[in-house]
Amino acid sequence: MTTPDAGGPSGLEPHVTLQAVTRTFAGQQSTPAVHALGPVDLTLRKGEFFAVVGPSGCGKSTLLEVLAGISQPTSGQVIFEGQPVKGRVPEGVGVVFQEDACFPWLNVTDNIALGLQALPLSETERRQRVEDALALTGLKAFAQAFPAQLSGGMRQRVCIARTLIMRPRLILLDEPFGALDQQTRLLMGEEVLRLWRQSGATIFLITHALDEAAMLADRIGVMSARPGRLIDLVETGWPRERDSRVVELPQFGQLTARLWRSLRGESLKSLDSSQATQ
Amino acid sequence: MSRLSRYRLLAIIVAVAIVEAMCRIGWIDRFTMQPPLQIAIDLWKLLVSGKHLDAIGKTMGNAAIGFVLAVSAGVVVAVAVHRRRLLRETLEPLFATYYAIPVLAFYPLLIILFGVGDAPKITIAFMLGVIAVIVNLLNGLDRVPPVLIKTARVVGMGPTQIVWRVTLPFSAPYLLTGVKFALAYSLIGIIGSEFIMSTDGMGFEISFAYNNFDNATMYPLIVLILLISISLNFALGTIEKQILQRRGLR
Repeated sequence: MTTPDAGGPSGLEPHVTLQAVTRTFAGQQSTPAVHALGPVDLTLRKGEFFAVVGPSGCGKSTLLEVLAGISQPTSGQVIFEGQPVKGRVPEGVGVVFQEDACFPWLNVTDNIALGLQALPLSETERRQRVEDALALTGLKAFAQAFPAQLSGGMRQRVCIARTLIMRPRLILLDEPFGALDQQTRLLMGEEVLRLWRQSGATIFLITHALDEAAMLADRIGVMSARPGRLIDLVETGWPRERDSRVVELPQFGQLTARLWRSLRGESLKSLDSSQATQ
Repeated sequence: MSRLSRYRLLAIIVAVAIVEAMCRIGWIDRFTMQPPLQIAIDLWKLLVSGKHLDAIGKTMGNAAIGFVLAVSAGVVVAVAVHRRRLLRETLEPLFATYYAIPVLAFYPLLIILFGVGDAPKITIAFMLGVIAVIVNLLNGLDRVPPVLIKTARVVGMGPTQIVWRVTLPFSAPYLLTGVKFALAYSLIGIIGSEFIMSTDGMGFEISFAYNNFDNATMYPLIVLILLISISLNFALGTIEKQILQRRGLR
Protein backbone atom coordinates (compact mmCIF):
# COMPACT_ATOMS: atom_id res chain seq x y z
CA MET A 1 0.00 0.00 0.00
CA THR A 2 2.99 2.33 -0.14
CA THR A 3 4.35 4.41 -2.96
CA PRO A 4 7.79 6.03 -3.13
CA ASP A 5 6.51 9.45 -2.11
CA ALA A 6 4.60 8.09 0.90
CA GLY A 7 4.99 10.27 3.94
CA GLY A 8 6.32 13.17 1.92
CA PRO A 9 4.82 16.63 2.34
CA SER A 10 1.96 17.58 0.06
CA GLY A 11 3.59 19.45 -2.80
CA LEU A 12 2.15 22.23 -4.87
CA GLU A 13 2.12 20.09 -7.99
CA PRO A 14 -1.46 20.00 -9.37
CA HIS A 15 -2.99 16.52 -9.38
CA VAL A 16 -6.50 17.10 -10.63
CA THR A 17 -8.08 20.26 -11.95
CA LEU A 18 -11.71 21.24 -12.50
CA GLN A 19 -12.12 23.93 -15.14
CA ALA A 20 -15.42 25.84 -15.08
CA VAL A 21 -17.30 22.62 -14.46
CA THR A 22 -21.11 22.75 -14.45
CA ARG A 23 -23.72 20.06 -14.34
CA THR A 24 -27.36 20.43 -15.30
CA PHE A 25 -29.87 17.61 -15.09
CA ALA A 26 -32.28 17.59 -18.01
CA GLY A 27 -35.92 17.88 -16.99
CA GLN A 28 -38.76 15.50 -17.86
CA GLN A 29 -42.08 16.64 -19.40
CA SER A 30 -43.46 17.87 -16.08
CA THR A 31 -40.26 18.84 -14.23
CA PRO A 32 -37.91 21.68 -15.20
CA ALA A 33 -34.18 21.15 -15.77
CA VAL A 34 -32.10 21.43 -12.60
CA HIS A 35 -28.87 23.38 -12.53
CA ALA A 36 -27.10 21.35 -9.85
CA LEU A 37 -23.52 22.48 -9.93
CA GLY A 38 -21.08 25.16 -10.81
CA PRO A 39 -19.32 26.70 -12.43
CA VAL A 40 -16.57 25.27 -10.21
CA ASP A 41 -12.85 25.91 -10.65
CA LEU A 42 -10.63 23.92 -8.33
CA THR A 43 -7.16 22.39 -8.30
CA LEU A 44 -6.23 19.61 -5.92
CA ARG A 45 -2.53 19.46 -5.05
CA LYS A 46 -0.74 16.16 -5.25
CA GLY A 47 -0.92 14.35 -1.93
CA GLU A 48 -3.17 16.80 -0.12
CA PHE A 49 -6.24 16.00 1.94
CA PHE A 50 -9.04 18.19 0.62
CA ALA A 51 -12.48 18.32 2.18
CA VAL A 52 -15.67 19.85 0.83
CA VAL A 53 -18.49 20.97 3.09
CA GLY A 54 -21.78 22.36 1.91
CA PRO A 55 -25.47 22.50 2.70
CA SER A 56 -27.53 19.43 1.88
CA GLY A 57 -28.57 19.19 -1.76
CA CYS A 58 -25.86 21.63 -2.90
CA GLY A 59 -24.40 19.24 -5.47
CA LYS A 60 -21.51 17.82 -3.44
CA SER A 61 -22.09 14.30 -4.68
CA THR A 62 -22.57 15.57 -8.22
CA LEU A 63 -19.19 17.30 -7.92
CA LEU A 64 -17.61 14.03 -6.78
CA GLU A 65 -19.18 12.03 -9.61
CA VAL A 66 -17.97 14.51 -12.20
CA LEU A 67 -14.52 14.51 -10.62
CA ALA A 68 -14.43 10.71 -10.70
CA GLY A 69 -15.57 10.49 -14.31
CA ILE A 70 -18.74 8.64 -13.30
CA SER A 71 -20.85 11.40 -14.82
CA GLN A 72 -20.06 13.93 -17.51
CA PRO A 73 -19.95 17.66 -16.81
CA THR A 74 -22.49 19.66 -18.81
CA SER A 75 -19.75 22.18 -19.55
CA GLY A 76 -16.13 22.62 -18.54
CA GLN A 77 -13.69 19.78 -18.03
CA VAL A 78 -11.76 17.72 -15.52
CA ILE A 79 -8.02 17.17 -15.96
CA PHE A 80 -6.52 14.24 -14.02
CA GLU A 81 -2.73 13.91 -14.14
CA GLY A 82 -2.61 16.00 -17.29
CA GLN A 83 -5.28 14.01 -19.14
CA PRO A 84 -8.90 15.15 -19.64
CA VAL A 85 -11.38 12.78 -17.96
CA LYS A 86 -13.82 11.51 -20.57
CA GLY A 87 -16.67 9.07 -20.13
CA ARG A 88 -14.95 6.62 -17.84
CA VAL A 89 -13.24 6.51 -14.47
CA PRO A 90 -9.49 6.90 -15.05
CA GLU A 91 -7.06 4.30 -13.74
CA GLY A 92 -5.66 5.58 -10.44
CA VAL A 93 -8.94 7.00 -9.12
CA GLY A 94 -10.78 5.23 -6.29
CA VAL A 95 -14.15 6.10 -4.78
CA VAL A 96 -15.80 5.17 -1.48
CA PHE A 97 -19.50 5.96 -1.52
CA GLN A 98 -21.86 6.92 1.25
CA GLU A 99 -24.22 4.02 0.63
CA ASP A 100 -23.32 0.47 1.48
CA ALA A 101 -21.56 -0.76 -1.67
CA CYS A 102 -20.76 -4.29 -0.49
CA PHE A 103 -21.83 -6.97 -2.94
CA PRO A 104 -24.10 -9.16 -0.79
CA TRP A 105 -23.34 -12.39 -2.67
CA LEU A 106 -19.56 -12.08 -2.28
CA ASN A 107 -17.58 -12.70 0.90
CA VAL A 108 -15.26 -10.02 2.26
CA THR A 109 -12.23 -11.29 0.34
CA ASP A 110 -14.07 -11.38 -2.99
CA ASN A 111 -15.64 -7.99 -2.30
CA ILE A 112 -12.22 -6.49 -1.70
CA ALA A 113 -10.70 -8.18 -4.74
CA LEU A 114 -13.51 -6.98 -7.03
CA GLY A 115 -11.32 -4.73 -9.17
CA LEU A 116 -8.14 -6.81 -9.18
CA GLN A 117 -9.30 -8.89 -12.13
CA ALA A 118 -8.68 -5.90 -14.39
CA LEU A 119 -5.04 -5.63 -13.29
CA PRO A 120 -2.24 -7.76 -14.73
CA LEU A 121 -1.27 -9.48 -11.47
CA SER A 122 0.06 -12.95 -10.71
CA GLU A 123 -1.91 -15.11 -8.30
CA THR A 124 0.75 -14.51 -5.61
CA GLU A 125 0.62 -10.74 -6.05
CA ARG A 126 -3.13 -10.86 -6.01
CA ARG A 127 -3.19 -12.80 -2.75
CA GLN A 128 -0.58 -10.49 -1.24
CA ARG A 129 -2.63 -7.42 -2.05
CA VAL A 130 -5.74 -8.96 -0.51
CA GLU A 131 -3.75 -9.87 2.61
CA ASP A 132 -2.38 -6.32 2.88
CA ALA A 133 -5.76 -4.69 2.40
CA LEU A 134 -7.36 -6.99 4.98
CA ALA A 135 -4.61 -6.25 7.50
CA LEU A 136 -4.67 -2.51 6.83
CA THR A 137 -8.40 -2.22 7.45
CA GLY A 138 -8.54 -4.67 10.36
CA LEU A 139 -10.68 -7.18 8.49
CA LYS A 140 -8.37 -10.20 8.71
CA ALA A 141 -10.69 -12.17 10.98
CA PHE A 142 -13.61 -11.54 8.62
CA ALA A 143 -12.00 -12.56 5.34
CA GLN A 144 -14.54 -15.32 4.73
CA ALA A 145 -17.57 -13.52 6.23
CA PHE A 146 -20.43 -12.26 4.12
CA PRO A 147 -21.50 -8.59 4.32
CA ALA A 148 -24.79 -9.53 5.99
CA GLN A 149 -22.78 -10.77 8.98
CA LEU A 150 -20.94 -7.46 9.44
CA SER A 151 -21.88 -4.17 11.13
CA GLY A 152 -22.29 -0.96 9.14
CA GLY A 153 -18.81 0.25 10.13
CA MET A 154 -17.25 -3.03 9.09
CA ARG A 155 -19.01 -2.97 5.74
CA GLN A 156 -17.69 0.54 5.14
CA ARG A 157 -14.19 -0.78 5.92
CA VAL A 158 -14.70 -3.42 3.23
CA CYS A 159 -15.47 -0.65 0.75
CA ILE A 160 -12.37 1.28 1.85
CA ALA A 161 -10.23 -1.85 1.52
CA ARG A 162 -11.67 -2.48 -1.95
CA THR A 163 -10.60 1.02 -2.96
CA LEU A 164 -7.13 0.82 -1.38
CA ILE A 165 -6.32 -2.52 -2.97
CA MET A 166 -6.30 -0.82 -6.38
CA ARG A 167 -3.58 1.54 -5.06
CA PRO A 168 -5.32 4.69 -6.25
CA ARG A 169 -3.42 7.97 -6.46
CA LEU A 170 -6.64 9.96 -5.99
CA ILE A 171 -9.21 8.75 -3.46
CA LEU A 172 -12.67 10.28 -3.45
CA LEU A 173 -14.74 9.79 -0.31
CA ASP A 174 -18.45 10.67 -0.47
CA GLU A 175 -19.59 11.03 3.16
CA PRO A 176 -18.20 7.57 3.87
CA PHE A 177 -19.03 7.79 7.56
CA GLY A 178 -22.45 9.43 7.17
CA ALA A 179 -24.26 6.33 8.37
CA LEU A 180 -22.00 5.71 11.38
CA ASP A 181 -22.28 6.98 14.95
CA GLN A 182 -20.15 9.91 16.12
CA GLN A 183 -17.52 7.91 18.02
CA THR A 184 -17.03 5.38 15.26
CA ARG A 185 -16.75 8.32 12.86
CA LEU A 186 -13.92 9.90 14.83
CA LEU A 187 -11.99 6.65 14.93
CA MET A 188 -12.62 5.89 11.26
CA GLY A 189 -11.38 9.43 10.59
CA GLU A 190 -8.11 8.56 12.31
CA GLU A 191 -7.80 5.47 10.20
CA VAL A 192 -8.34 7.47 7.04
CA LEU A 193 -5.58 9.86 8.13
CA ARG A 194 -3.26 6.90 8.72
CA LEU A 195 -4.11 5.36 5.33
CA TRP A 196 -3.64 8.75 3.67
CA ARG A 197 -0.16 9.10 5.14
CA GLN A 198 0.81 5.55 4.26
CA SER A 199 -0.49 5.63 0.70
CA GLY A 200 0.66 9.13 -0.25
CA ALA A 201 -2.56 9.50 -2.25
CA THR A 202 -4.52 12.70 -2.76
CA ILE A 203 -7.80 12.58 -0.85
CA PHE A 204 -10.99 14.42 -1.71
CA LEU A 205 -13.56 14.06 1.07
CA ILE A 206 -17.15 15.18 0.96
CA THR A 207 -18.87 15.65 4.28
CA HIS A 208 -21.67 17.58 5.87
CA ALA A 209 -19.88 17.49 9.26
CA LEU A 210 -17.83 20.67 9.81
CA ASP A 211 -15.81 19.08 12.62
CA GLU A 212 -14.92 16.13 10.41
CA ALA A 213 -13.64 18.44 7.69
CA ALA A 214 -11.75 20.61 10.21
CA MET A 215 -10.13 17.58 11.82
CA LEU A 216 -9.09 15.69 8.70
CA ALA A 217 -8.27 18.09 5.89
CA ASP A 218 -5.33 20.24 4.81
CA ARG A 219 -7.70 22.48 2.88
CA ILE A 220 -11.45 22.84 3.04
CA GLY A 221 -13.72 24.10 0.28
CA VAL A 222 -17.09 25.54 1.29
CA MET A 223 -19.92 25.16 -1.19
CA SER A 224 -22.94 27.37 -1.71
CA ALA A 225 -26.55 26.26 -1.85
CA ARG A 226 -27.68 24.88 -5.22
CA PRO A 227 -26.31 25.43 -7.81
CA GLY A 228 -23.21 24.55 -5.81
CA ARG A 229 -20.20 26.83 -6.27
CA LEU A 230 -17.08 27.17 -4.14
CA ILE A 231 -17.50 30.24 -1.95
CA ASP A 232 -14.60 29.82 0.46
CA LEU A 233 -11.27 27.98 0.72
CA VAL A 234 -9.73 27.45 4.15
CA GLU A 235 -6.20 26.18 4.94
CA THR A 236 -6.14 24.28 8.22
CA GLY A 237 -2.37 24.28 8.67
CA TRP A 238 -2.34 20.91 10.50
CA PRO A 239 0.90 18.89 10.49
CA ARG A 240 0.83 15.74 8.37
CA GLU A 241 1.15 13.63 11.52
CA ARG A 242 -2.18 14.28 13.22
CA ASP A 243 -5.14 12.47 14.70
CA SER A 244 -8.57 13.14 16.16
CA ARG A 245 -7.00 14.85 19.17
CA VAL A 246 -6.65 18.07 17.12
CA VAL A 247 -10.20 18.71 18.31
CA GLU A 248 -8.66 19.77 21.65
CA LEU A 249 -6.66 22.60 20.05
CA PRO A 250 -7.98 26.18 20.06
CA GLN A 251 -7.41 26.47 16.29
CA PHE A 252 -9.95 23.68 15.82
CA GLY A 253 -12.69 25.78 17.37
CA GLN A 254 -11.67 28.78 15.27
CA LEU A 255 -11.71 26.65 12.11
CA THR A 256 -15.18 25.23 12.65
CA ALA A 257 -16.43 28.71 13.57
CA ARG A 258 -14.97 30.11 10.35
CA LEU A 259 -16.57 27.31 8.31
CA TRP A 260 -19.92 27.87 9.92
CA ARG A 261 -19.72 31.61 9.31
CA SER A 262 -19.25 30.90 5.58
CA LEU A 263 -21.86 28.22 5.51
CA ARG A 264 -24.69 29.44 7.72
CA GLY A 265 -26.34 31.73 5.16
CA GLU A 266 -26.13 29.01 2.48
CA SER A 267 -27.58 26.40 4.80
CA LEU A 268 -30.51 28.70 5.52
CA LYS A 269 -31.10 29.19 1.79
CA SER A 270 -30.98 25.48 1.21
CA LEU A 271 -33.40 24.88 4.11
CA ASP A 272 -35.82 27.52 2.78
CA SER A 273 -35.82 26.13 -0.73
CA SER A 274 -36.33 22.59 0.45
CA GLN A 275 -39.27 23.73 2.58
CA ALA A 276 -40.67 25.70 -0.35
CA THR A 277 -40.66 22.62 -2.56
CA GLN A 278 -42.39 20.47 0.01
CA MET B 1 -35.57 -31.78 9.85
CA SER B 2 -37.33 -28.84 11.48
CA ARG B 3 -40.51 -29.29 13.50
CA LEU B 4 -42.57 -27.58 10.81
CA SER B 5 -41.32 -29.86 8.05
CA ARG B 6 -42.07 -32.85 10.27
CA TYR B 7 -45.67 -31.66 10.70
CA ARG B 8 -45.90 -31.09 6.97
CA LEU B 9 -44.69 -34.62 6.25
CA LEU B 10 -47.14 -35.96 8.82
CA ALA B 11 -50.02 -34.09 7.14
CA ILE B 12 -49.14 -35.66 3.78
CA ILE B 13 -48.83 -39.15 5.29
CA VAL B 14 -52.20 -38.80 7.04
CA ALA B 15 -53.89 -37.60 3.82
CA VAL B 16 -52.44 -40.50 1.83
CA ALA B 17 -53.41 -42.94 4.60
CA ILE B 18 -57.01 -41.68 4.52
CA VAL B 19 -57.18 -42.18 0.74
CA GLU B 20 -55.63 -45.65 1.20
CA ALA B 21 -58.27 -46.51 3.80
CA MET B 22 -61.13 -45.20 1.63
CA CYS B 23 -59.92 -47.33 -1.29
CA ARG B 24 -59.52 -50.44 0.87
CA ILE B 25 -62.95 -50.05 2.52
CA GLY B 26 -64.50 -49.60 -0.92
CA TRP B 27 -65.73 -46.01 -0.63
CA ILE B 28 -63.62 -45.36 -3.70
CA ASP B 29 -64.02 -48.16 -6.24
CA ARG B 30 -61.06 -49.70 -8.01
CA PHE B 31 -62.06 -48.40 -11.44
CA THR B 32 -61.90 -44.83 -10.16
CA MET B 33 -58.65 -45.07 -8.26
CA GLN B 34 -56.12 -47.58 -7.04
CA PRO B 35 -55.08 -47.52 -3.38
CA PRO B 36 -51.88 -45.44 -3.02
CA LEU B 37 -49.86 -48.44 -1.85
CA GLN B 38 -50.90 -50.33 -5.00
CA ILE B 39 -49.88 -47.30 -7.10
CA ALA B 40 -46.46 -47.34 -5.46
CA ILE B 41 -46.06 -51.05 -6.21
CA ASP B 42 -47.26 -50.54 -9.81
CA LEU B 43 -44.83 -47.65 -10.23
CA TRP B 44 -41.95 -49.78 -9.06
CA LYS B 45 -42.96 -52.60 -11.47
CA LEU B 46 -43.36 -50.11 -14.30
CA LEU B 47 -39.90 -48.66 -13.74
CA VAL B 48 -38.26 -52.07 -13.37
CA SER B 49 -39.98 -53.43 -16.50
CA GLY B 50 -38.56 -50.49 -18.46
CA LYS B 51 -41.67 -50.50 -20.62
CA HIS B 52 -42.26 -46.75 -20.46
CA LEU B 53 -38.68 -45.53 -20.19
CA ASP B 54 -38.78 -44.25 -23.78
CA ALA B 55 -41.89 -42.22 -23.04
CA ILE B 56 -40.37 -40.83 -19.84
CA GLY B 57 -37.14 -39.96 -21.63
CA LYS B 58 -39.05 -38.30 -24.45
CA THR B 59 -41.12 -36.14 -22.14
CA MET B 60 -38.24 -35.14 -19.88
CA GLY B 61 -35.96 -34.42 -22.83
CA ASN B 62 -38.52 -32.15 -24.49
CA ALA B 63 -39.33 -30.45 -21.20
CA ALA B 64 -35.62 -29.85 -20.61
CA ILE B 65 -35.22 -28.28 -24.06
CA GLY B 66 -38.27 -26.05 -23.55
CA PHE B 67 -37.01 -25.09 -20.09
CA VAL B 68 -33.47 -24.24 -21.21
CA LEU B 69 -34.79 -22.21 -24.16
CA ALA B 70 -37.26 -20.33 -21.96
CA VAL B 71 -34.63 -19.47 -19.35
CA SER B 72 -31.90 -18.42 -21.78
CA ALA B 73 -34.22 -16.40 -24.03
CA GLY B 74 -35.85 -14.90 -20.93
CA VAL B 75 -32.50 -13.75 -19.56
CA VAL B 76 -31.40 -12.27 -22.89
CA VAL B 77 -34.69 -10.42 -23.43
CA ALA B 78 -34.88 -9.10 -19.84
CA VAL B 79 -31.30 -7.79 -19.93
CA ALA B 80 -31.84 -6.24 -23.37
CA VAL B 81 -35.17 -4.62 -22.51
CA HIS B 82 -34.27 -3.45 -19.01
CA ARG B 83 -32.46 -0.21 -19.85
CA ARG B 84 -34.35 0.59 -23.04
CA ARG B 85 -37.15 2.70 -21.75
CA LEU B 86 -39.39 3.01 -24.82
CA LEU B 87 -39.14 -0.68 -25.67
CA ARG B 88 -39.81 -1.63 -22.10
CA GLU B 89 -42.80 0.66 -21.65
CA THR B 90 -44.22 -0.73 -24.88
CA LEU B 91 -43.78 -4.36 -23.91
CA GLU B 92 -44.47 -4.39 -20.18
CA PRO B 93 -48.30 -4.23 -20.37
CA LEU B 94 -48.15 -7.06 -22.88
CA PHE B 95 -46.12 -9.18 -20.46
CA ALA B 96 -48.68 -8.43 -17.76
CA THR B 97 -51.60 -9.70 -19.85
CA TYR B 98 -49.65 -12.55 -21.43
CA TYR B 99 -50.83 -15.22 -19.04
CA ALA B 100 -54.45 -14.50 -20.00
CA ILE B 101 -53.62 -16.26 -23.29
CA PRO B 102 -54.37 -19.99 -23.30
CA VAL B 103 -51.21 -20.99 -25.15
CA LEU B 104 -52.34 -24.62 -25.54
CA ALA B 105 -55.27 -23.43 -27.66
CA PHE B 106 -52.78 -22.51 -30.36
CA TYR B 107 -51.78 -26.10 -30.97
CA PRO B 108 -53.46 -26.39 -34.40
CA LEU B 109 -51.57 -23.31 -35.57
CA LEU B 110 -48.30 -24.70 -34.21
CA ILE B 111 -48.87 -28.00 -36.00
CA ILE B 112 -49.45 -26.10 -39.24
CA LEU B 113 -46.26 -24.13 -38.65
CA PHE B 114 -43.95 -26.88 -37.37
CA GLY B 115 -45.64 -30.10 -38.39
CA VAL B 116 -46.35 -33.04 -36.09
CA GLY B 117 -43.36 -33.79 -33.88
CA ASP B 118 -41.45 -32.34 -31.00
CA ALA B 119 -41.23 -28.74 -32.26
CA PRO B 120 -44.82 -27.62 -31.51
CA LYS B 121 -44.67 -29.20 -28.03
CA ILE B 122 -41.36 -27.55 -27.19
CA THR B 123 -42.74 -24.26 -28.52
CA ILE B 124 -45.68 -24.46 -26.14
CA ALA B 125 -43.40 -25.28 -23.19
CA PHE B 126 -41.15 -22.38 -24.18
CA MET B 127 -44.01 -19.93 -24.61
CA LEU B 128 -45.46 -20.79 -21.23
CA GLY B 129 -42.18 -20.31 -19.39
CA VAL B 130 -40.31 -17.49 -21.08
CA ILE B 131 -42.44 -14.56 -19.92
CA ALA B 132 -42.25 -15.66 -16.28
CA VAL B 133 -38.44 -15.54 -16.54
CA ILE B 134 -38.52 -12.10 -18.19
CA VAL B 135 -40.95 -10.55 -15.71
CA ASN B 136 -39.17 -11.86 -12.62
CA LEU B 137 -35.69 -11.00 -13.84
CA LEU B 138 -36.82 -7.46 -14.75
CA ASN B 139 -38.11 -7.11 -11.22
CA GLY B 140 -34.68 -8.13 -9.89
CA LEU B 141 -32.73 -5.90 -12.29
CA ASP B 142 -34.84 -2.94 -11.16
CA ARG B 143 -33.66 -3.49 -7.60
CA VAL B 144 -29.92 -3.36 -8.20
CA PRO B 145 -28.71 -0.46 -6.02
CA PRO B 146 -27.15 2.24 -8.25
CA VAL B 147 -24.13 2.39 -5.93
CA LEU B 148 -23.13 -1.16 -6.93
CA ILE B 149 -23.08 -0.17 -10.59
CA LYS B 150 -21.08 2.97 -9.81
CA THR B 151 -18.64 0.88 -7.80
CA ALA B 152 -18.25 -1.51 -10.71
CA ARG B 153 -17.53 1.38 -13.06
CA VAL B 154 -14.97 2.80 -10.66
CA VAL B 155 -13.05 -0.48 -10.65
CA GLY B 156 -13.06 -0.45 -14.42
CA MET B 157 -15.89 -2.77 -15.47
CA GLY B 158 -17.57 -2.18 -18.82
CA PRO B 159 -21.29 -2.67 -19.57
CA THR B 160 -20.98 -6.39 -20.39
CA GLN B 161 -18.94 -7.14 -17.29
CA ILE B 162 -21.43 -5.21 -15.18
CA VAL B 163 -24.22 -7.46 -16.44
CA TRP B 164 -22.28 -10.66 -15.67
CA ARG B 165 -20.62 -9.61 -12.43
CA VAL B 166 -23.12 -7.20 -10.87
CA THR B 167 -26.68 -7.02 -12.13
CA LEU B 168 -27.27 -10.70 -12.90
CA PRO B 169 -25.72 -12.02 -9.64
CA PHE B 170 -27.65 -9.43 -7.66
CA SER B 171 -30.88 -10.51 -9.38
CA ALA B 172 -30.20 -14.23 -8.90
CA PRO B 173 -32.97 -14.79 -6.32
CA TYR B 174 -35.51 -13.08 -8.57
CA LEU B 175 -34.28 -14.98 -11.61
CA LEU B 176 -34.63 -18.19 -9.62
CA THR B 177 -38.30 -17.44 -9.00
CA GLY B 178 -38.73 -17.16 -12.76
CA VAL B 179 -36.73 -20.35 -13.28
CA LYS B 180 -39.04 -22.22 -10.91
CA PHE B 181 -42.03 -21.10 -12.95
CA ALA B 182 -40.30 -22.04 -16.21
CA LEU B 183 -39.60 -25.51 -14.81
CA ALA B 184 -43.22 -26.14 -13.83
CA TYR B 185 -44.53 -24.60 -17.07
CA SER B 186 -42.22 -26.64 -19.28
CA LEU B 187 -43.56 -29.87 -17.77
CA ILE B 188 -47.14 -28.59 -18.07
CA GLY B 189 -46.53 -27.50 -21.66
CA ILE B 190 -44.97 -30.78 -22.79
CA ILE B 191 -47.35 -33.13 -20.99
CA GLY B 192 -50.37 -31.02 -21.90
CA SER B 193 -49.36 -31.08 -25.56
CA GLU B 194 -48.77 -34.81 -25.43
CA PHE B 195 -52.35 -35.28 -24.30
CA ILE B 196 -53.74 -33.48 -27.33
CA MET B 197 -51.27 -33.88 -30.19
CA SER B 198 -48.82 -36.69 -29.74
CA THR B 199 -48.20 -40.36 -30.24
CA ASP B 200 -45.49 -40.64 -27.62
CA GLY B 201 -44.38 -39.26 -24.25
CA MET B 202 -45.81 -39.62 -20.78
CA GLY B 203 -48.87 -37.49 -21.54
CA PHE B 204 -49.75 -39.74 -24.44
CA GLU B 205 -49.19 -42.91 -22.35
CA ILE B 206 -51.40 -41.56 -19.58
CA SER B 207 -54.25 -40.71 -21.93
CA PHE B 208 -53.80 -44.05 -23.74
CA ALA B 209 -53.98 -45.91 -20.41
CA TYR B 210 -57.00 -43.85 -19.41
CA ASN B 211 -58.86 -44.80 -22.59
CA ASN B 212 -58.10 -48.47 -21.91
CA PHE B 213 -59.07 -48.45 -18.22
CA ASP B 214 -55.44 -49.32 -17.50
CA ASN B 215 -55.21 -47.86 -14.00
CA ALA B 216 -52.06 -49.87 -13.26
CA THR B 217 -50.26 -47.69 -15.84
CA MET B 218 -52.11 -44.41 -15.59
CA TYR B 219 -51.77 -43.74 -11.85
CA PRO B 220 -48.09 -44.66 -11.54
CA LEU B 221 -47.25 -42.33 -14.44
CA ILE B 222 -49.21 -39.46 -12.86
CA VAL B 223 -47.43 -40.06 -9.56
CA LEU B 224 -44.07 -40.23 -11.34
CA ILE B 225 -44.67 -36.82 -12.95
CA LEU B 226 -45.60 -35.44 -9.53
CA LEU B 227 -42.45 -36.84 -7.95
CA ILE B 228 -40.15 -35.50 -10.67
CA SER B 229 -41.71 -32.04 -10.62
CA ILE B 230 -41.66 -31.80 -6.84
CA SER B 231 -38.05 -32.96 -6.50
CA LEU B 232 -36.79 -30.52 -9.14
CA ASN B 233 -38.70 -27.71 -7.50
CA PHE B 234 -37.30 -28.71 -4.13
CA ALA B 235 -33.75 -28.68 -5.51
CA LEU B 236 -34.24 -25.14 -6.84
CA GLY B 237 -35.80 -24.13 -3.53
CA THR B 238 -32.71 -25.35 -1.69
CA ILE B 239 -30.43 -23.25 -3.92
CA GLU B 240 -32.70 -20.25 -3.38
CA LYS B 241 -32.61 -20.72 0.38
CA GLN B 242 -28.81 -20.86 0.36
CA ILE B 243 -28.54 -17.65 -1.67
CA LEU B 244 -30.97 -15.78 0.58
CA GLN B 245 -29.35 -17.04 3.78
CA ARG B 246 -25.94 -15.91 2.57
CA ARG B 247 -27.34 -12.43 1.95
CA GLY B 248 -29.00 -12.36 5.36
CA LEU B 249 -32.45 -12.23 3.81
CA ARG B 250 -33.83 -15.33 5.50
